[in-house]
Amino acid sequence: MLPLTLEKLGFSAGGREIIRSINCEIAAGTRTVILGPNGAGKSVLMRLCHGLLTPTTGRVAWRVDGPSLARRRARGQAMVFQRPVLLRRSAIANVIYALKLAGMSPTECRLRAEDVLEAVGLSTMAERPARTLSGGEQQRLALARAWALGPEVLFLDEPTANLDPNSTRDIEQIICAIHASGTKIIMSTHSLGQARRLGDEVFFLSEGRLAERASVDVFFKQPQSQDAVSFLRGELP
Amino acid sequence: MSASALSQDKFITVASTTSTEQSGLFKHLLPVFEKKSGIQVRVVALGTGQALNLARRGDADVAFVHGKDAEEKFVADGFGVRRIEVMFNDFILIGPKSDAAKIAGGRDIVTAFQKIAAAKATFASRGDKSGTHAAELRLWKLASIDPQVGKGAWYLEAGAGMGPTLNTASAINAYVFTDRGTWLAFKNRGDLVLAVEGDRRLFNQYGVMLVNPARHAHVKKDFGQAFIDWIVSAEGQQTIAAYKIGDDQLFFPNAK
Amino acid sequence: MNDISAALVEALRLISSADAQLAQIVWLSVRVSVSAVVIATVIALPLGALLAITRFPGRQTLIALLNALMGLPPVVVGLLIYLLLSRAGPLGEFGLLFTPTAMVIAQAVLITPIIAALSRQVIEDAWREYEEQLHSLGADTMACAQTLLWDTRFALIIVVLAGFGRAAAEVGAVMIVGGNIDGVTRVMTTAIALETSKGDLPLALGLGVLLVLLIIGANLLAHGVKLAAQRYQG
Repeated sequence: MLPLTLEKLGFSAGGREIIRSINCEIAAGTRTVILGPNGAGKSVLMRLCHGLLTPTTGRVAWRVDGPSLARRRARGQAMVFQRPVLLRRSAIANVIYALKLAGMSPTECRLRAEDVLEAVGLSTMAERPARTLSGGEQQRLALARAWALGPEVLFLDEPTANLDPNSTRDIEQIICAIHASGTKIIMSTHSLGQARRLGDEVFFLSEGRLAERASVDVFFKQPQSQDAVSFLRGELP
Repeated sequence: MSASALSQDKFITVASTTSTEQSGLFKHLLPVFEKKSGIQVRVVALGTGQALNLARRGDADVAFVHGKDAEEKFVADGFGVRRIEVMFNDFILIGPKSDAAKIAGGRDIVTAFQKIAAAKATFASRGDKSGTHAAELRLWKLASIDPQVGKGAWYLEAGAGMGPTLNTASAINAYVFTDRGTWLAFKNRGDLVLAVEGDRRLFNQYGVMLVNPARHAHVKKDFGQAFIDWIVSAEGQQTIAAYKIGDDQLFFPNAK
Repeated sequence: MNDISAALVEALRLISSADAQLAQIVWLSVRVSVSAVVIATVIALPLGALLAITRFPGRQTLIALLNALMGLPPVVVGLLIYLLLSRAGPLGEFGLLFTPTAMVIAQAVLITPIIAALSRQVIEDAWREYEEQLHSLGADTMACAQTLLWDTRFALIIVVLAGFGRAAAEVGAVMIVGGNIDGVTRVMTTAIALETSKGDLPLALGLGVLLVLLIIGANLLAHGVKLAAQRYQG
């Protein structure tokens, strides 16, 4: 599916331009972190790439094209949101639900679900109602669900924004493990520390524009754009 | 409704009046017929006008009502086969104990109506085109009074069956024109008592008609005719006469 | 107050006497209303779900119409269905008038809008939370509708109960299409109407108390199911 090409991508809603003419190519392999102040358009950009929103101008071009629904169903992509959305059923049933949707056989679903829950450390909670899990556990479950699908690309929209430091560390470890298993990571965050820990390259978004793009080291040591400089200094919220 | 009754279709629908239903006559009468013939009788109780309307549409097999003019029109219009007289009872005038029109104990119904109009005493009418309502209107005509002049002031039209109209009269202490059967079975009398009875003009005849199968092919004419034949037979007539509330006989058989 | 206490005494007497005719009336009431609720639910829940999650021109108008239909006057429904089922009407050949089937139809017509409109609201509220995740997982419209219906099941139980309560309390429509025929189409509400019009108020009230107990019983049962299920499924 990769590389992902964004051509003059623009998005407006409610009379406001949220994303302005972004052109870039996102390649496989690296962990891409989308950084930027509040309101920069990080969430909207992720949703445009994943196909949850339709661009107002320009296009989102994957190497394999076709309707986004079919692409997602072909286990090409998955997304984890800031607030985990889990169904009213057991933890393992949530994972099995996603696998069934992707067309796996019932026995395969069960085995795969058990494996992935083990990998994220939730085996003991498998039969618990998912909504009774703690915030951190729920997010781990959401990650497990996405991982089970074996996606080529995993989008994460500020996955630890609502979590305490311990849970955040757990989540970050899992993200690294998912990357190690061959999945491309595209993650948004407003935490500089997290960007440094988890990112290979940084996409810096400011007011809907791709203000700067560099490897993590270069970005933090020698930011090129004025907005990036202000942001790193903590002057932008 | 038992499944066997449905599958055999051995029932008839009789459109009848609220006065026959609420007096309890059918509860007494029908089980005897049903046991003898095996035909279930399903009674839909409405006012005479509504009952004949139902029969006109073919939603009933037999009409059993009290309203000679309406019945004869029903037959003349081709909806009924023949009108057969079954039984009679009488109407009575009920009024509050306080008797503002001073008619209690009288035996002349027309004079009573005139006194009520003169005194502008509250009068509750059924106002629903039933047999009882038609009889009431005939008496106003005989008294040369148009009750509509008092509409809303002392002449109140309930637009309802006999029971609800009696309830209303009881609640507001009004005069009310009713058949004896419903009155005898009525339990919510309040301050109401019998005021006028016995006038020959209070005679109330009930007739039964088979809905014309030529007009409505699905009418169960054999079962319907069986019911009619039984009602006018000696056994049917005796069963009607035997129905009493306390010591009072409610309906008087007079089939020829 | 005297009437009410007389009614309570009458209600107790009715229940303890285990009168066969009363039992038949109660059983018919339950059968008719439960059948109506089942039919209405089968139609209305999918309708509510689809209306909640799909977008099409005229959708808001349709929703407003559906909400308005919740207030459909029962007696009007009764009249319309009577005209449909009457021998002189378009569906007369089926001979459904004055049967329990006609009453089930009337009640189902009455409560389908209620269940549809309320479930639409419930599911639309949940949809706001679930929409992105379900789309991300690749669920199509049908899958989304099914998933939402199952996930909002506890709230939907209450919706269905509202429908049942409305059906069981209804008298206007079933009186017209059923005819209140003794032993055939007499249900609790029409029996109460009859006894009231005969002036036997204690009996009417007693039946009324019984009816209310019935509806409360149904509600308690559903709540019990809901509590038990929630304990095990979150």
